[in-house]
Amino acid sequence: MARLDVSPARVITMLKSKRFYGKGLPGVDLEQLKGQLIVVEGADGSGRSTQIDLLRNWLERRGHPTVNVGLKRSTLVARELEQAMNGNILGTRTLSLFYATDFADQLENRIIPALRSGFIVLADRYIYTLMARSIVRGVEPAWIRSVYGISLIPDAVFYLTVSPKILVERNLRKHLVLDYWESGMDMHRTSNMYGSFIEYQRLIQKELKAMQELYGFETVDGNRSPRAIQHELRAKIEVILNGKVHRSQEGSDDSDSSERIARTATTLANGSKRDRASVRRQSATGHRSVDRLSE
Amino acid sequence: MAPAKKNDAPGKLIAVEGLDGSGKSTQVYLLKRWLELEGYKVFFTEWNSSAIVRKATRKGKKRQLLTATTFSLIHCTDFADRYERQIMPLLHAGYIVLADRYVFTAFARDAVRGCDRAWLRELYSYAVPPDVTFYFEVPLKTALGRILDGRTSVKYHEAGMDMGYSKDPYESFRIFQGKINQEYRRMTREYDFIKVDATEPPDVQQTKVREIVESKIDLPRYRWHGSMFPRHVS
Repeated sequence: MARLDVSPARVITMLKSKRFYGKGLPGVDLEQLKGQLIVVEGADGSGRSTQIDLLRNWLERRGHPTVNVGLKRSTLVARELEQAMNGNILGTRTLSLFYATDFADQLENRIIPALRSGFIVLADRYIYTLMARSIVRGVEPAWIRSVYGISLIPDAVFYLTVSPKILVERNLRKHLVLDYWESGMDMHRTSNMYGSFIEYQRLIQKELKAMQELYGFETVDGNRSPRAIQHELRAKIEVILNGKVHRSQEGSDDSDSSERIARTATTLANGSKRDRASVRRQSATGHRSVDRLSE
Repeated sequence: MAPAKKNDAPGKLIAVEGLDGSGKSTQVYLLKRWLELEGYKVFFTEWNSSAIVRKATRKGKKRQLLTATTFSLIHCTDFADRYERQIMPLLHAGYIVLADRYVFTAFARDAVRGCDRAWLRELYSYAVPPDVTFYFEVPLKTALGRILDGRTSVKYHEAGMDMGYSKDPYESFRIFQGKINQEYRRMTREYDFIKVDATEPPDVQQTKVREIVESKIDLPRYRWHGSMFPRHVS
């Protein structure tokens, strides 16, 4: 992959000022958002919540005020969304929009005020899981991306990948039952829940991997011990907090995480046409799946 | 699921739009009565009426939790629910679907609240354009008079009080409706609206509306066929 012709100093300034993925939110002054938004993505059983708890302890011990956000936790619609899901009566698009409402409420009423006050926001999943869930159920990628054009580009996204077989084991050990939605049972692909869980998680992982390039995630191998994962996350977050660009991969073929995020910021903020073109260029060497995202 | 370009279902979609107080609800009611009594398959749907979503909307409005974006998204969720579970299936079943307010209401109101116009159009891009859209055109003053005369109160969001135009609900309502009116006017150039002069007597308007419906839609195709219970069964 070609290196960007931006100096490290330039990358830092790009990182300092927040951006939206698309049209953004009315009435938000991005310059005022001094805090950091750190996202941990991953399936149920990927160790996401454990890692976030540990990160919170670590950050607060170091004196950083921290706020946790996650899916289905808004004051506005969380309970109604839960009820609607229990009844399983909503269509795919309605459910996508219900989740988007829940997300937007937390973005405007929790994430942005916290960032304005200089907090670190730890997001237990973000728009990527929501988009992947909609896309595997047949919603057009371009549409759902446009809906989430209201969202802020995080300072870092860590995607905990765990093989579906290990996920299923962890979920069964913990709950002795698999979650209906996390098994994709609403898609009626098979009546075998075990098989459906694995197949559904594979589909979601495929979508998230396709997004990885476009949105600049950092993939973290979640098959390891919680300690090892936490160690890696802290090292990476340390770099962001110090405002330094991670140079460990200098000279290698791959551009490093900060640059990836900065580049995503540039491509996604510049509107869909140029964005699509640049995605195609970037993915010319591989990732056929990315093209599906840019339809 | 592909973005909707045009309605290729056998049914027909008729939308009515206009300011509060333009009389469009009366007109669409009369249209519905006529079509029903003539024996056509009709379904009527109203803005902001999905049973599941409305609870959340009501709470959000009551507790003033809504921002421009969440206001827009929650109404789009409501619309999507009616669209996925009723409007689309009924269009496929060959019904004439009457919508009291459609996506244009969101385009007008949410744009006034500060949402990006292009984002709004993309948000609702899954909705098929109506086969006929009536726009009930009325001078702002007339509409305001119809709503405010004899009313003791105007609702918080209805008056656009969340916009902070004025502490006086009536003044706020006037300003808010004026801005919505401007958005509608802008849309008359963008979309294929059929304008109806809403200052005319209701029966005169209705005659016009029915004539247009008859000319645009091959009504006999939408008649119920036979008895609901075939004779050999009942």
